[in-house]
Amino acid sequence: MSALIDSLGRILALVQKELLAVLKDRKSRYSVLVPPILQILIFGYAATYDLNYVPYAVLDQDRSAASRDLLARFDGTGIFQRVTNLDNASEIAKTIDDQKALLVIQIGQDFSRELALGQPAAIQLIADGRNSNTAAIASGYVATIVDAFNADWLADHGQTGPPIATTMRAWFNPELETRWHMIPSIIGTIVMIMTMNFAAMSVARERENGTFDQLLVTPIRPAEIMIGKAVPAMLIGLLQATMILLVAQLWFRIPFQGSVLTLYAGLTLFLIAAVGIGLFVSSIAGTMQQAMIYGFVVIMPFALLSGLTTPIDNMPLAFQYLTLINPLRYAITIAQRVYLEGAGIGVLIPDLWPMAIIAAVTLSAATWMFRHKVA
Amino acid sequence: MSATSGLAAKLRRIRALVRKESWQIVRDPSSVAIGVIMPVMLILLFGFALSLDVTNVPVAVVLENPTPAATDLAAGFRLSPYFDAHYTTSMEAARTMMLDRTVDGIVRIRPDFARHLALGDAQVQIIVHGGDANRARLIEAYAQGAIAQWAARRGSAGEPVTTGPVVVQSRIWFNEANDSHYFLVPGLIVMVMTLIGAFLTTMVMAREWERGTLEALFVTPVRVDEILWSKTLPYFALGMIGLALCFLAAKFLFYVPFRGSLWVLTGASMLYLLVALGIGLFISSAVKSQLVASQLAFVATFLPALMLSGFIFDLRSTPLAVQAIADVFPARYFVSLLQTVFLAGNIWPVVLPEAGILLGMMLVLLALNRFVTRKKLA
Repeated sequence: MSALIDSLGRILALVQKELLAVLKDRKSRYSVLVPPILQILIFGYAATYDLNYVPYAVLDQDRSAASRDLLARFDGTGIFQRVTNLDNASEIAKTIDDQKALLVIQIGQDFSRELALGQPAAIQLIADGRNSNTAAIASGYVATIVDAFNADWLADHGQTGPPIATTMRAWFNPELETRWHMIPSIIGTIVMIMTMNFAAMSVARERENGTFDQLLVTPIRPAEIMIGKAVPAMLIGLLQATMILLVAQLWFRIPFQGSVLTLYAGLTLFLIAAVGIGLFVSSIAGTMQQAMIYGFVVIMPFALLSGLTTPIDNMPLAFQYLTLINPLRYAITIAQRVYLEGAGIGVLIPDLWPMAIIAAVTLSAATWMFRHKVA
Repeated sequence: MSATSGLAAKLRRIRALVRKESWQIVRDPSSVAIGVIMPVMLILLFGFALSLDVTNVPVAVVLENPTPAATDLAAGFRLSPYFDAHYTTSMEAARTMMLDRTVDGIVRIRPDFARHLALGDAQVQIIVHGGDANRARLIEAYAQGAIAQWAARRGSAGEPVTTGPVVVQSRIWFNEANDSHYFLVPGLIVMVMTLIGAFLTTMVMAREWERGTLEALFVTPVRVDEILWSKTLPYFALGMIGLALCFLAAKFLFYVPFRGSLWVLTGASMLYLLVALGIGLFISSAVKSQLVASQLAFVATFLPALMLSGFIFDLRSTPLAVQAIADVFPARYFVSLLQTVFLAGNIWPVVLPEAGILLGMMLVLLALNRFVTRKKLA
């Protein structure tokens, strides 16, 4: 019993020392507290696939009431900004090449005649495919506007529309705003990057300064060192996560369907796994530079293979299996489901236990390495 | 005479420092990790794993009354390369599949579909999971496409189906195949250059400050600009190797078209690499602590290159304030340059202004670095 109390006392002392080392120095205090807030603000706005500004150019060779009516619908969206009117087709290439416009809409001279005759009246759409995702989204907007034009035109001319109409609904995110799923995903990403790096540096710094060898000859056991290093990193991670969550709620006002308790339970488990990986990296590294770089070599694929930037379902099967050892993958799923679907802890269990296994494996490996590697 | 011997001595000092720095790089396994393992890993990830293109999306097709017309429409989804259709007869089952994320969308064909089709006012309901909005939007568009195709097929089979009066014929220039690798793989070069140039070097000066070895250098005849050169050149060489690796992979592994000239690519990459090195050295000299430098390295180099460069997320849609912040980081100019040189060609009205801005940034950083690395005690 008293051995346990002694052990707790030693861990507590180590935790206290670690926290002091970070929070007492002004520069390192700022480096822990300010970047997460800046990042969520900037990336909250930047990480979006929504397009709300499409500069386009028009080549209207028909110049009829119908073509003007169609084009007015583009200008009326507020998204399409007409940057220039072209006079002939030879100007199209330069407009796209020089990135003056993302799209060129060309209306041929037979447009109104074909429309009046009931023949298919074609308009040409030329899009800059340097970013093909943007081009595809912008083309989708054009199709929507033309569909609306068609429906109105048919109604005005007493004809019925196409026999099949489709109605669209998106569950959990009716307006399909990218931000609603991006911000919950970014919470985990930022916290992982900061805490994993922090944990990776913690042991490496002691190694580089030679104080780790001193720690090993004190009565503190390797497992206690591990806990003493893991707890402060986790606490700082929770602090950062809380700040980011506050920005998500108070600034971006992302609708939150689930319970805060469930989200924190998931985040805590995620942080233990992230810190475990960080400490394991730290236990291998001999210097701080090595710790940072090894940490990064791990963080980079975790960030890319998490579903943050591109969907996991789009990946080849081999990479999909690889994502199973990525704690960020689970954190993102949990955050999204709690935020948008209001998922409870029961349905999240398939995402919780893998993180527990990752944490157990990495933390024990780190402890073993502490004892067996003397730099 | 004394000027030439002074220059010779300067070159000798730089050479000695470069040699020391190069040995340090070669001996440290972490440099190998970032110089070789990282580019290869990124090439594999960007080339094989990351894709924004939608194929084989699992969708539930709800056939509430399997009349011939409804079954035929449902078969259209099974045939489409974009969808992996799961048939069901009840909306409840589809709902459960959606909540489990077994499917990402539901296509609901109502029991009275055939009757309404005959009347000319049939409706098909498409429900998507909005969890990933970008994917959801693409699924909607493809589902609409699959239904339109089915309608057209029925039309040609003799049953009248009118399409809309105005049809859009769209072409996507520079990327006819609409393949997201075409812009993701050039983006690789930005990541690799940023990592080697800025990320690796954030630790370099801070380490010397922290250990006091920089102060030791100050009492030698070595000048400040010579120290900076010696910290730049070896990493510059490492960065160019990374560029060569990425370029070869883009061209011969992923067949990304390269329509510009190799000279423009090399020149622009050298400029960007120097800017990245300047940023790394500046952070390193300014904070003088490895722990703080390592945290800043993520915030100031890696994340802006990933998120604020227009490489994955298009900057056109961001608020002006965010665009202004993105303007400060060099990555967006380099991404624009690369996308143009790879996919469009040597378009000078795009290439020259972007290169000019990078050149300006390089000069400013050079001056800043001379200023923060003066010979004075920390």
